[in-house]
Amino acid sequence: MKTLFALIRRNIRLFFRDKGMFFTSLITPLILLVLYATFLADVYRDSFAMGLGETKVSDTLLDALVGGQLFSSLLAVCTVTIAFCSNMLMVQDKVTGAADDFAVTPVKRSVMALAYYLSTVIVTLAICLAATLGCLLYIGIGGWFYSIPDLLLIVADVFLLVMFGVALSSLVNYFLSSQGQISAVGTVVSSVYGFICGAYMPISQFNDGLQKVISFLPGTYGTVLMRNHTLCPIISEMNLPVESEASLKEVVDCHFYFGDSLVSVPTMYAVIAATTAVLIACYVLVQRYRKKAK
Amino acid sequence: MNNAIQINDLHKSFGEVHAVNALSLCVKEGSLFAFLGVNGAGKSTTIKMICGRLQKDSGSILIDGKDPERDPDSVHAILGIVFQNSVLDASLSVYENLRSRAALYGIVGQAFEDRYNELSELLDFKDLKKRTLGKLSGGQKRRIDIARALLHQPKILILDEPTTGLDPQTRHLLWQVIATLQREKNMTVFLTTHYMEEAADADYVVILDSGSVVAQGTPIELKNAYANDRISLYGVCEEQAAELGLPITRIAGGIALSVPDTKAATELILKHPSLFTDYEITKGKMDDVFLTVTGKKPGGEEQ
Repeated sequence: MKTLFALIRRNIRLFFRDKGMFFTSLITPLILLVLYATFLADVYRDSFAMGLGETKVSDTLLDALVGGQLFSSLLAVCTVTIAFCSNMLMVQDKVTGAADDFAVTPVKRSVMALAYYLSTVIVTLAICLAATLGCLLYIGIGGWFYSIPDLLLIVADVFLLVMFGVALSSLVNYFLSSQGQISAVGTVVSSVYGFICGAYMPISQFNDGLQKVISFLPGTYGTVLMRNHTLCPIISEMNLPVESEASLKEVVDCHFYFGDSLVSVPTMYAVIAATTAVLIACYVLVQRYRKKAK
Repeated sequence: MNNAIQINDLHKSFGEVHAVNALSLCVKEGSLFAFLGVNGAGKSTTIKMICGRLQKDSGSILIDGKDPERDPDSVHAILGIVFQNSVLDASLSVYENLRSRAALYGIVGQAFEDRYNELSELLDFKDLKKRTLGKLSGGQKRRIDIARALLHQPKILILDEPTTGLDPQTRHLLWQVIATLQREKNMTVFLTTHYMEEAADADYVVILDSGSVVAQGTPIELKNAYANDRISLYGVCEEQAAELGLPITRIAGGIALSVPDTKAATELILKHPSLFTDYEITKGKMDDVFLTVTGKKPGGEEQ
């Protein structure tokens, strides 16, 4: 146990000391913030106004809705991209030779794998919870719309998505072994993940084909889950007629369809949790059955 | 004396390349064993198999009586390795690096503090405690690498080209420390090096070429078998020396003669006492042994 704690402490220290790794992990949220500041906020606002139709709502609520959209997008992306960057330490250790050093100690490979996993969970969770706090403060400037259960659900979503991001990154990074691969995977994940999980642009604005494709990606359900818990409390405050509320929820991706069926929130939880469990199982299996170098 | 490392008929191939070919060797407990060969001779592959990091194709390896593939934990607990390049974390301090590595052997708390103080005194790095490893000089880093390998007081220390690129002072310190550990703890040292003068101090030397042993023995046995003795002769002119009928080389203040061995040198002196009034006989060097045996310089090029 002491060995595990020592390894976790080492991994966390290395992440925060390695400025390259730390700042790379912040690239995606920064891209999102820049996009938001330059044009996304206006796109969101116009799209929401369109969704509301003739119904008028206060500017405060509309601003909160736009802020909530950024909030959910930011967290949906960060939980995965930060996990990938933090988990790159496992590859970095192969590049620097630290992994060879660990391989000649009595520490079991499973303990090493668990240490990488848990340290990535801690780092990603810490940054994402800090981001959550920042977003809540930002939205809170205009007014407060979240109850304690809403906040707990948001934190639960962050935790679940972090677990998903860490499981996905652990499995992908396990097969990487060079600096070039780190850069390639880091760049692809940072730039592409936001689009394919529906965080940069509302899924409702994608064409049918693309919507169908991303409905098969588990990350999408994480984004929609975040949208539900960050936006629904604000939409409830608007006291809209039932049709308008349904229409708005569709525009802001709180309602998401797999084929023609509306996906319920428990189903979204189930998809993310099951995917995470499968990814963790695969990670354990490759650790266990991977043969020694031949 | 028991065998710390015993290798019998070891084979390892990578596709068509036979990296290690029918290698057999014994390393006696408490000895300094030099494992020599040009780059690509199979030294690192052998070390990887000794550590259990690479599977052998056939043959057997026993480390202190244990098989590194079947019982890696027991083998790792008694092995300390200094890799060719530093494998510690460049952005952590010296203290943080050693603390995190010591924990891998269950050395934590006061036990670590005691061991840290002991090693920092032994390897003279007390003033480097809070310094970031990446900002240290090559010699300083090497001292920390060796401290890391010694954290768990290993019975066998593997040094993979430990002094490459180091200044003479640091090399001297490292060899002094290793000699002390051998003397006081009966530690076995398995050394690979390109510096032949380091190999000359070993108890036993094995020279590897293309994955096979091409020569082995004590340094003196190897010198006698593969290197000529040299007589430096002073106070005679080149013509007089040429009369001896041996290959001669001009050196500062005299002539150097190459003779097969010390016996031949003695016979030559007794035969021509008038010429040998001021002279010295030196054994061949390990560099000469290496060149004769492999036909290559210790660094790697063909001769």
